[in-house]
Amino acid sequence: MSDTLLDIRNVSKTFDLRDGAVLQAVKDVSFEVEKNAICVLLGPSGCGKSTILRMIAGLETTSEGQIAIGGRNVDGPGSDRGMVFQAYTSFDWLSVRKNVEFGMKINDVPASERRERSDHFLSLVGLSKFADVYPSQLSGGMRQRVAIARTLANDPEVLLMDEPFGALDAETRWQMQELMINVAEKTNTTMVIVTHDLEEAIFLADKIIFLSSHPGQLKETIVPDFKAGARIPDKEHLIELSGYAEMEKKLMRLMREEGHRDD
Amino acid sequence: MPTPPHNQRFLEVRKPIGRRQKIKSAIGIWGLFFGVWYFASAAGLVNDLLVPAPQKVFATTYDLFVERGFISDVMISITRVLLAFGMACAVAVPLGVMMGTFPSIEAIFAPFVSAWRYLPAPSFIPILLMWFGTGEAPKLALLFIGVVFFLITLIMDHTENVRTELIETALTLGANRSVVLMRVVFPAALPDIMVAMRQMLAMAWTYLVIAEIVASTTGIGAMMMRARRFLKTDEILSGIIVIGALGLLFDVAFAGLHRRLFPYLKEKR
Repeated sequence: MSDTLLDIRNVSKTFDLRDGAVLQAVKDVSFEVEKNAICVLLGPSGCGKSTILRMIAGLETTSEGQIAIGGRNVDGPGSDRGMVFQAYTSFDWLSVRKNVEFGMKINDVPASERRERSDHFLSLVGLSKFADVYPSQLSGGMRQRVAIARTLANDPEVLLMDEPFGALDAETRWQMQELMINVAEKTNTTMVIVTHDLEEAIFLADKIIFLSSHPGQLKETIVPDFKAGARIPDKEHLIELSGYAEMEKKLMRLMREEGHRDD
Repeated sequence: MPTPPHNQRFLEVRKPIGRRQKIKSAIGIWGLFFGVWYFASAAGLVNDLLVPAPQKVFATTYDLFVERGFISDVMISITRVLLAFGMACAVAVPLGVMMGTFPSIEAIFAPFVSAWRYLPAPSFIPILLMWFGTGEAPKLALLFIGVVFFLITLIMDHTENVRTELIETALTLGANRSVVLMRVVFPAALPDIMVAMRQMLAMAWTYLVIAEIVASTTGIGAMMMRARRFLKTDEILSGIIVIGALGLLFDVAFAGLHRRLFPYLKEKR
């Protein structure tokens, strides 16, 4: 885990508001994401973490600075940076399988290979039995799994996730978190995940980028080294590890400091 | 009176009712309508010349179809509606979807289209007659004008309601503009577009009758105006019933088509 895949260099983002005022959402943020790593963007609301993710995806432009993936500067969205949103994004008019094959289809992947890859990724997220139903028949967690399989099947260089489990109930959420560890281990996908959930951040992250709010600035880069460089496949194990409570306390303190700064 | 099941009162706030009660209620209200009509005629409460008895109207309807070739008038009217409505859709669907997808296209056409919506289509009848004479053209033109501007606006609104996340998802899967338009925005908006078409088809029937009453020698409306000249109120009422039945028929057909084309919407409810 030493090759840099994503390079975010001195990135700022300002939005022009209606009354002529300017809102600085992100200010001079720099960090790197290594190949095959899971990087979590964490911070209180208003820290610009979603904006940074959207700039990586190319859905927003940077006001200043550069974002590069594999040495190429990002200029607009592309299939090398697949994104999973918090809101459900299933294409309701397509079956689950057609959803998963959508990206491959528009990128002219031959039908036989599409089929093979959709089989593979549907089984990876545990939806093989639901290939032929419509997404509207699935539960929220299952629909997010369709979105994850759809993005992975398109073979992106990085998987971007914007609070992907925020709309799910607690039990489904940790199942999904464990699923993501499993996916990361099996596919070696590089991931950038935005969350405000401390537990989720500690569980998933190889590296946590902690952002402060108004404007969003890099506050601290945290490596949860109590995991000793390994990924813990289930949450109970993680919580039992010595060092977990310490880490959670530390993040909580950072969150609280930022929260107070707002008042 | 038998007690309703589960002690349910007749008026329950937003409690769904059974299929049987729905059917009974629908038959009941229509039965009441024809019953009042029947007894009013039978008891001589209304002038028979102005309000003929319902059984007489139904007999006349049968007679019109079987003995007097009314079916050709009906077919002419249906053809006019479908032709004009088809042309309106051919313009409104692509234009409305483009306007709902590309703000630059909306900026060009929206000011134009919304102004036209406030001009009542029948006000064009005199000028349409002068431009196109008395053939099919002015009737088709009236139906087209009456429907197309509303249809464009409705379709644009429905297209704009397609969620941005769907479009952004497609973009991060590698979609270009035409893929976003044809494979995401259009299929996502299509069920609502069909609903708009269904609503506007009902409007097309309204304009058809206006066109046929004002300037036509053929069609259901023209038959009704002929009947008026000879004080044949039963034939006028027959025409109204046929128009109503056709409208209902098209509506049911559209609803059926909607269910068939979009089976994935069924499970959501």
